[in-house]
Amino acid sequence: MFAYIVRRLALMLLTLFGISVIIFVLLRVVPGNIVDILFDAAGFVDPTDKANLEKELGLNLPIWQQYLSWIGGLLHGDLGYSYVSEKPALQEILPRIPITARLAALALLFSASIGIPLGVISAVHQGSKLDYTLRIVSLSGLSLPSFWLGLLVLMASVSLFGAMPIYNPNPKTWTEAFAIYAVPAMAVGFRSAALTMRITRSSMLEILRQDYIRTARAKGASESSVNYRHALKNAILPVITVIGIEAAFLIGGLIVTETVFNIPGVARFLVEALRWRDYPIVQNLVMLIAVVVVVANFTVDMLYAAIDPRIRYGD
Amino acid sequence: MRSVYALAAAALLLLPAFDLASAAEPKQGGILRVYHRDSPGSASIHEGATYSINIPFMPVFNNLVMFKQDVPQNSVDSIVPDLAESWAWSSDSKKLTFKLRKDVKWHDGKPFTSADVKCTFDMLMGKSQQKFRQNPRKSWYDQVADVTVNGDYEASFELKRPQPALISLLASGYTPVYPCHVSPGDMRTKPVGTGPFKFVEFKANESIKLTKNTDYFKKGLPHLDGIEFTIITNRSTAILGFVSNKFDMTFPTEVSIPLLKEVKTQAPNAVCVTEPINVSTNIIINSSAPPFDNLDVRRALALAMDRKAFIQIMFEGQADVGGTMLPAPGGLWSMPKEMLEQIPGYGPDINANREEARKLMQKAGYGPDKRLAVKVATRNIPIYRDPAVILIDQLKGIYIDGELDVVDTAQWFPKVARKDYALGLNLTGNAVDDPDQSFYENYSCGSERNYTNYCNREIEKLFDQQSAETDKDKRKKLVWEIDKKLQEDVARPIIFHGRSATCWHPYVKGVTIMVNSSYNGYRYEDVWMDK
Repeated sequence: MFAYIVRRLALMLLTLFGISVIIFVLLRVVPGNIVDILFDAAGFVDPTDKANLEKELGLNLPIWQQYLSWIGGLLHGDLGYSYVSEKPALQEILPRIPITARLAALALLFSASIGIPLGVISAVHQGSKLDYTLRIVSLSGLSLPSFWLGLLVLMASVSLFGAMPIYNPNPKTWTEAFAIYAVPAMAVGFRSAALTMRITRSSMLEILRQDYIRTARAKGASESSVNYRHALKNAILPVITVIGIEAAFLIGGLIVTETVFNIPGVARFLVEALRWRDYPIVQNLVMLIAVVVVVANFTVDMLYAAIDPRIRYGD
Repeated sequence: MRSVYALAAAALLLLPAFDLASAAEPKQGGILRVYHRDSPGSASIHEGATYSINIPFMPVFNNLVMFKQDVPQNSVDSIVPDLAESWAWSSDSKKLTFKLRKDVKWHDGKPFTSADVKCTFDMLMGKSQQKFRQNPRKSWYDQVADVTVNGDYEASFELKRPQPALISLLASGYTPVYPCHVSPGDMRTKPVGTGPFKFVEFKANESIKLTKNTDYFKKGLPHLDGIEFTIITNRSTAILGFVSNKFDMTFPTEVSIPLLKEVKTQAPNAVCVTEPINVSTNIIINSSAPPFDNLDVRRALALAMDRKAFIQIMFEGQADVGGTMLPAPGGLWSMPKEMLEQIPGYGPDINANREEARKLMQKAGYGPDKRLAVKVATRNIPIYRDPAVILIDQLKGIYIDGELDVVDTAQWFPKVARKDYALGLNLTGNAVDDPDQSFYENYSCGSERNYTNYCNREIEKLFDQQSAETDKDKRKKLVWEIDKKLQEDVARPIIFHGRSATCWHPYVKGVTIMVNSSYNGYRYEDVWMDK
């Protein structure tokens, strides 16, 4: 097990190194940098001023030198300065992390707490009206883009309540504080909940046909004990895998949800930084997301062993 | 007894009038909440070329002079003193002298003097040690030889030749006076001004906050305690925010005509004003390469346009047809209608125009069996993309098959500056409704923004002639002549001048939307809230 963890950690570092190179090179391959954007949008360009700014931002250096400078700084905890706000990148990124983390955690919680029980219910009542209804709901969850759902929620809340749950850094009541995170979390987590439900259902259906389930029933175990203690415990493994993958995919959904609900989180910030070609922000944010994804995958792998005692890594 | 009744009736009739009178008296206090359409790149107006910067930061500053904020039409006659108490032209019109106020302090407590005026304009002219990171309006001061000071409270602009438009350029929202003692870098992140509101914070992609300058030199102003701009890039969310009273006002001139219907339906009490924004939608033609190096093909293009169809589709009829200068009644310099209609392509008979266009195309070697395939390049945003699609449709009628080539914003300006296009659809904004700003920038030989490579030395002479002309009527006639010639030369065919709306809730008072510029009316010192 120890050797496996060490191997996985080494692989994680290698993956992160690869990502750092790819993102760095890709950003510079894409035509136009912040200097182009600033000067060309302004119209009147003094080539000397432009060259000076490129020099000031270090964009005139060879790519490998820029990479070493960035990665060296990163290892020392120096993330550089945002080209746009001219503030330290860390100072720009740090306050946004808890906002996105809270939203992502709530979305995952919503996804698991809705998706798993409904998946079980759907499987247990296979072929019933309830099953068909839940399957239609899950299908709609997979089909509706989260930005559209988000807008729909906003429009509905404006026309029904005359208010809208967009972000407010200083909510006046706890209900407002809850709404500003819970509503977007539900909008972004709906797709994930639908997927979780479908995976739970199919995994449960497979397990419910196993001999040991029949044995448990023959021994007189109650329906809930059979469904939740015997079946769900064994059906949960693929669900955990999906939730792990969804945690990584969530960032894509958060980009649009943060935009629609005007939440100043990491995902929306990343899009704005890309628009401005704000390299220090984009590079560091992508690295942060990569770390989150890699750690989430690692955690899921470790969870397998904890949940299913038959799994032993490195044996 | 009858007289008592009459008195009572008169009193009752007068009551609402007294109410109105008291309502018209500005109330102090309140934070004006406005949404902002995007996150500005910096807080430095001088380094920006978009009103995304002007709108939130103009209240932080003062100019030497400014366009009177409650007069919708910017003109020389609507210019009022700001940091200057008065101004005077020399007899030869080559020196403009400002007497400055003595009671002005920067927001950090330091006194404002003529040195700040000199610093600002020396920096704009590229003469000082300190430099702006970018200086998009440097050419505005091409005719200024020097800025001199006489003591702490007098500053003069010495001109190379008379330029009556200079005073208008100085009154623009793009021309605030900066403090000498704050670096350009700090002005981008923590601007210090003398204006009615002090800068509090600018959180990129989140918000911009301003608070009342209690030490403002204009006594009794501003009325508001502060202004908060919440940055919302999603237009639908922003409009819903306004409708649900999260905001007191929309971002100025940001409500399109179709969206305006939505606003009026959902917030029927909202006050909405639709005005021209002095932004023209035009065609840029690369005349230095085939097929548009052929004047006949360019003329055919100009003849093919059904401008009214563009306006009907995009603005439900609420936009204007004109030349380079903004059409009347908003614009001050536009050609009379009868003169405009004499220009090929502006006549009312579209079918006849297109018939003539087809003849020109046939003369150039094209026809039903040999159609001209061309890419129509434009920015990948709706206000560019939508008219480009209509243009492509209209060109089909004159044997031109256009293909839409949408270009990422970051690549758009480099692409047009490289002349890497044949035909493009562009938008051109004018900060000041004055020919000097428009002609030199867009049509002067060698100008960076002369995307079409148009260069006509004869016209260039006329540019200078009108610029130096101090007689307003004579200047106007020269401007008409130039504008007509520019359209006949198909230098940059103007399709239409757009309009857009601004909305606010009825309790917001004192907002004036300018009718001939969307860059100059955001001081907000007179704005107050009746609640």
